[in-house]
Amino acid sequence: MSKHQDRESHPAGLPAGVHVMPVKALVAVWAALVVLTVVTVGATWFDLGSGNLWLAMAIATVKASLVALYFMHLRYDRPINGIVLITALLFVALFVGIALTDTEAYNPEIIPGYAPGMPE
Amino acid sequence: MTTQENRAGNHGHDPYLAHHFETHEQQFESGKLGMWLFLATEVLLFGGLFCAYAVYRSNHPEIFIYAHQFLDKQLGGLNTLVLIFSSLTMAWAVRAAQLGERRKLITLLSITLACGFIFLGVKAVEYEHKWKHGLLWGKYYQSQTHDAHGAQGAQSPAGEASPQPAAPAPDIAPASPGVAAPGSERSLLPSAAEEPRGLAVPSEKIDTHGFGTVVPKNVQIFFSVYFVMTGLHGLHVIAGMVVIGIMLVGAIRGRFGPRFFLPVDNAGLYWHLVDLIWIYLFPLLYLIH
Repeated sequence: MSKHQDRESHPAGLPAGVHVMPVKALVAVWAALVVLTVVTVGATWFDLGSGNLWLAMAIATVKASLVALYFMHLRYDRPINGIVLITALLFVALFVGIALTDTEAYNPEIIPGYAPGMPE
Repeated sequence: MTTQENRAGNHGHDPYLAHHFETHEQQFESGKLGMWLFLATEVLLFGGLFCAYAVYRSNHPEIFIYAHQFLDKQLGGLNTLVLIFSSLTMAWAVRAAQLGERRKLITLLSITLACGFIFLGVKAVEYEHKWKHGLLWGKYYQSQTHDAHGAQGAQSPAGEASPQPAAPAPDIAPASPGVAAPGSERSLLPSAAEEPRGLAVPSEKIDTHGFGTVVPKNVQIFFSVYFVMTGLHGLHVIAGMVVIGIMLVGAIRGRFGPRFFLPVDNAGLYWHLVDLIWIYLFPLLYLIH
């Protein structure tokens, strides 16, 4: 992905600043995605307690980053496109985070006799 | 470069530059930013569903641990690989469009479209299986056939299970007037009056290791979440395939080249987003541990 390669594969008429992904890089990213898919399936063979969920999410995030950075060209784009995506993700994190904090603030079982009509 | 072309093209006669843009670069960047803003709204749309998933799973981990056994990991994994491969061919197609390689572009778009069909085919097999066994959303969830399925399955979670999994006990109904008689289409969720503990499952029923020993209540919640999330994703796959089909027609007509490839690029962005969402859906729904 050196400057030299860029010039080689930059035909006339292509707007300046447009990055053409080399085939090698595309295939490498694909191979990494396949390996990570196998890893994430394989990880379910091991019991890591709650670690399983975090591991699966970490692997998914690595995969998603690879897709976003290379397949979706974010690494070579103007930063504004990435900022738009990250902003959306931050709002989703805020949404999920606050909802989870709220739902976990409740007792799973009502204290007997605490509410009217409750059996003692 | 672009301003030169602009002048040479006698403003208004350059077929690739809309009147309201100064340069090709500006036009390109604007179109792309617009697409990213749309993708942000898509992320927020799915974000709501991921939030519902997170809340239900944190409240009822036992339902998710139990019910995910009925999803086929192999088929889910296969679909993951199909989508990842289609993302590769799509990204490659964008490159082909940028370089003006028309024949390659047609081939790569066709492969991407074919992958979309394979994905939907596998999904149809999975949905049909669940339909047959009553593993459905809300009130359509049928625990009886669900047991029959368990008897067939190799790793049957329902094999040693109690005979009455998620079905509402008929004797509950008379306790609360106003609730329809058993057999009618009322919700499977116990009403608040009968079940003062709300929707919570008593802790002694939670069983995280031997899946078979206890069948949790309200398994239909998992299938509601499953069908809404994969269903909405499936609709996006269909939409992406329509867009790729339109790009394919354009490619066959030779519309795309170094000067005009933004539609292919944006179609690719959409397709990759569909892939991104599946990358999270697969472990969250199929690989629960």
